[in-house]
Amino acid sequence: MDYFAQQLINGLVLGSIYGLIAIGYTMVYGIVGMINFAHGDIFMIGGFIALITFLILVSFGLTAIPLILLVVLLVSMAITALYGWTVERIAYRPLRHSFRLAPMLSAIGMSFVLTNYSQVAQGARVKPVPPIITGGYTLHEGAGGFVVQLSNIQIIVVITTVVLLALFTWLVSSTRLGRDMRACEQDQTMASLLGVDVDRTISMTFVIGAALAAVAGMMYLLYYGLVDFFMGFVAGIKAFTAAVLGGIGSLPGAMLGGLLIGLIETLWSAYFSVEYKDVAAFSILIVVLIFLPTGLLGRPEVEKV
Amino acid sequence: MSADHILSVDHLSMRFGGIVAVNDLSFGAERHKITALIGPNGAGKTTVFNCITGFYKPTSGSIRLTHDDGHTIQLERLNDFRISKQAKVARTFQNIRLFPGMTALENLMVAQHNALMRASGLTLLGLIGAPSWRVAEKAAIDLARTWLERIGLLDRADDAAGNLPYGDQRRLEIARAMCTEPALLCLDEPAAGLNARESAALSELLLSIRANQGTSILLIEHDMSVVMEISDHVVVMDYGVKIAEGTPQHVRDDPRVIAAYLGADEEEAIAVMESGT
Amino acid sequence: MSANPAAAMQTSRAPGVAFILKKALISALVALVLFSLMIGVRTEAGSDGQLTYWTRFGDLAMMVATVFGGSIVVELLRQWWGPVGTVRIVPPQVTSALSLAGRLVAPVLLIFTFLVPVIFYNERYILDLGILVLTYVMLGWGLNVVVGLAGLLDLGYVAFYAVGAYSYALLAQSGIPYPHVSMVPPFVHVDFLQLGPWAFWVLLPVSGILAAFWGVLLGFPVLRLRGDYLAIVTLAFGEIIRLVLLNWQSVTGGPNGVSGIPRPTMFGIPLSPGDDGLAFKLGIEFSPTHRIVFLFYLILALALLTNWVTIRLRRLPIGRAWEALREDEVACRALGINTTTTKLTAFATGAMFGGLAGAFFATRQGFISPESFTFHESALVLAIVVLGGMGSQLGVALAALAMIGGFELFRGLDQYRMLVFGMAMVLLMIWRPRGLIGHRAPTVFLERNQAISSDLVKEGHG
Repeated sequence: MDYFAQQLINGLVLGSIYGLIAIGYTMVYGIVGMINFAHGDIFMIGGFIALITFLILVSFGLTAIPLILLVVLLVSMAITALYGWTVERIAYRPLRHSFRLAPMLSAIGMSFVLTNYSQVAQGARVKPVPPIITGGYTLHEGAGGFVVQLSNIQIIVVITTVVLLALFTWLVSSTRLGRDMRACEQDQTMASLLGVDVDRTISMTFVIGAALAAVAGMMYLLYYGLVDFFMGFVAGIKAFTAAVLGGIGSLPGAMLGGLLIGLIETLWSAYFSVEYKDVAAFSILIVVLIFLPTGLLGRPEVEKV
Repeated sequence: MSADHILSVDHLSMRFGGIVAVNDLSFGAERHKITALIGPNGAGKTTVFNCITGFYKPTSGSIRLTHDDGHTIQLERLNDFRISKQAKVARTFQNIRLFPGMTALENLMVAQHNALMRASGLTLLGLIGAPSWRVAEKAAIDLARTWLERIGLLDRADDAAGNLPYGDQRRLEIARAMCTEPALLCLDEPAAGLNARESAALSELLLSIRANQGTSILLIEHDMSVVMEISDHVVVMDYGVKIAEGTPQHVRDDPRVIAAYLGADEEEAIAVMESGT
Repeated sequence: MSANPAAAMQTSRAPGVAFILKKALISALVALVLFSLMIGVRTEAGSDGQLTYWTRFGDLAMMVATVFGGSIVVELLRQWWGPVGTVRIVPPQVTSALSLAGRLVAPVLLIFTFLVPVIFYNERYILDLGILVLTYVMLGWGLNVVVGLAGLLDLGYVAFYAVGAYSYALLAQSGIPYPHVSMVPPFVHVDFLQLGPWAFWVLLPVSGILAAFWGVLLGFPVLRLRGDYLAIVTLAFGEIIRLVLLNWQSVTGGPNGVSGIPRPTMFGIPLSPGDDGLAFKLGIEFSPTHRIVFLFYLILALALLTNWVTIRLRRLPIGRAWEALREDEVACRALGINTTTTKLTAFATGAMFGGLAGAFFATRQGFISPESFTFHESALVLAIVVLGGMGSQLGVALAALAMIGGFELFRGLDQYRMLVFGMAMVLLMIWRPRGLIGHRAPTVFLERNQAISSDLVKEGHG
């Protein structure tokens, strides 16, 4: 039971990270109707920028951990958001009204570009960082000596996720930008006729998605203590799975899907086999798409004849 | 009502969530005749069509097709492609659905898919170029040529369907449906968007199909001049129920029909009343 | 000679120097922020596992300057070229010359390909490159059936390539299993039929059939999905197959792969030195190049088979139904076409060609491992198909030549290769979203065999 509780905690933390990435997929899919294949790599870039910022701050002799974290968060969000903006500008905007396959291939190309750009710029080796946030709480000490722990970093990941999610929900539901985004999601032509700047709204969608992915990248760095140039691919597919599982286009769905994927992956690794954990995640994707193509919280699509 | 019906719709209902699109509708389409289904916008005509042609599964009711040899098929139990393949019901669409990147001829060849698949020995005979396949292919091209000639598009056979003028696309879609050699042809607003001359050509085409092929036709139409000119029988729907039925003259003078059109759309009501004079 | 109004408007609105500089400056500024940390700072784990960093401001400055300069060049080019979508009037003589050249490309290319081993007999590198290009031509033609004709977006095509390769590799080593009954418990025994020198020729069709079987198996549940969902599910299938190959060590050898795969024989006669080799039997001196030349013609034959079958199928009802499916699935159903089986046949046909190419790959390499079957391969083949112009056989061949050839040009730049490849993919899509060959040839005609502009051709929904 204790072991299970511990896995549950670990799964929820991992799920929060997936959920943050999944929001980016779901938003872009909702508005532009394309899978942003490069989004996983944006997450990876976010991790790298967090790492580099952290190194620089530490080498300047900064020791106040909360301050460091705040600066790292803001810098990685800002720069990664610019990456998101640039990717949309270069690779997707020229193809917005083109033939459907073109933006998809362009996105795959962009994903290759970002992966290999990181490899060229920062080397192929894994970058480890020493644990930055240590300590935690012992929740329960079992009879067999097994301890259920909740570490501080886990608390930080979950709190950050919840705060960002709240902020983001507010943004979409109560601001001008959010209204524009929802309008574009429904009908871009009509939205532009009513004075919504569609280009700007789509850009902002990419910017926000990338900023959230940067947070996920930073959390990943803090939680696992490493980044590498290839981590975007698998994390990206899993986050996309989460978005689909939750119902693509639905923000709470993306978060819910993320949590479920995190839990499934952790429990699978704990009870079945670590080697096949990705197989499990991909199988879930397939099963969900076949039997529940609209996801848990998605709107059903009616075929028009 | 002891007429020879090829299609009998009995107590058909279709609900989408809480909305009742078709409510307990019953009507029949006579064999070798042209039956028109009319009604104001949103009356549920296209929903009935989609139930008959297998795109929707009706909530309740029965749709029975009786072939010339007395063989009957319950259409509500068949799904999508089997309606055309087994029950021999062909349809066209309100917003034309041709294969725009294929030529007019290719469109008509695709329509003969099932017959040609058999002839090509499920592809194997075709792959080795067996003589029997060549004969069948030539016959298919000849059938397509005949239809292209009938709709006056023989000289555009090798043009992409998407490049044809709107009126030609409408006729090509009908020819394509006829190439499946249907017993019942369902046309969803075939005259929509046509000018007077094209409408007249359409009427002529439909009458010639009834005369030469003996195909029974069921059509949804807004253009009352077409309906009044060619229909043998008219069924009027409003808000998902049948409000009148009978010969064009009978329906035209029915006060309920006029009221339904007046209530829905003034222009259409005027069109109904004027088309008879 | 009245001026084209669009062109006139363009000239009057031609951006001035100030505009170009402003734009370049903004680009440079964006680049500065983007590259500041990623290029300006380099991190590396030291020998003690501690991360260190050093700055590379020189590189950063160079990158930013490149973006600044590049932006000016791009803007100037854009002015010179005119806005995208402008109709440029080409003189009729040029058009007819071009169309003549277009008709000559295919035969000239084919003859040249046949002559490659003769011309470059002593250039091992070129022969190897030729084999590689032809392998991708074949894969491209195979995937073209699925994506180009049937309009089904398959991002996991490499799975079938892997199934073909592993089928051949594993069966060639173990022999073909066949059960037989005996009186001794457990009554049914499995024996293995060793194929000896005929292994390749027996197992080549077997690999193709197994791949097609997997195509049907994987295709069946997913084919009712549409568009991007189908793409992502096929991607997941591709990854699952790779992960299973990687982790099922007892059968596939895991990351170490399978080695010692039998080389192909010339219909039973090995291409090796020694008394039973082809060279000895022909009475000529043995050379390792013989095998390379043989492999070259083998893959050429397989690719041409793929091409021939595809061209034949297009003119049969099944092929026409594939294209109709791409154009409008709803209309297909209304015409009585069973869309599920039609999609499955497309999937299986494409998978079969992928499997055949996989078996060839295994016999050529003599060694395979899961590393050869990553998502990158699927993306590469898909890029070849889309760049070729969906559905065009010649376009696919040209695209494979351009992509693989271009890829080889950057071999020296090892780690920049994928970076350049990704950029090329993005730029090519922006430049020609419809691919190199922008028209479709009809499958049947009455009088005029005229091409259809790809603007009319749909790309499929599923």
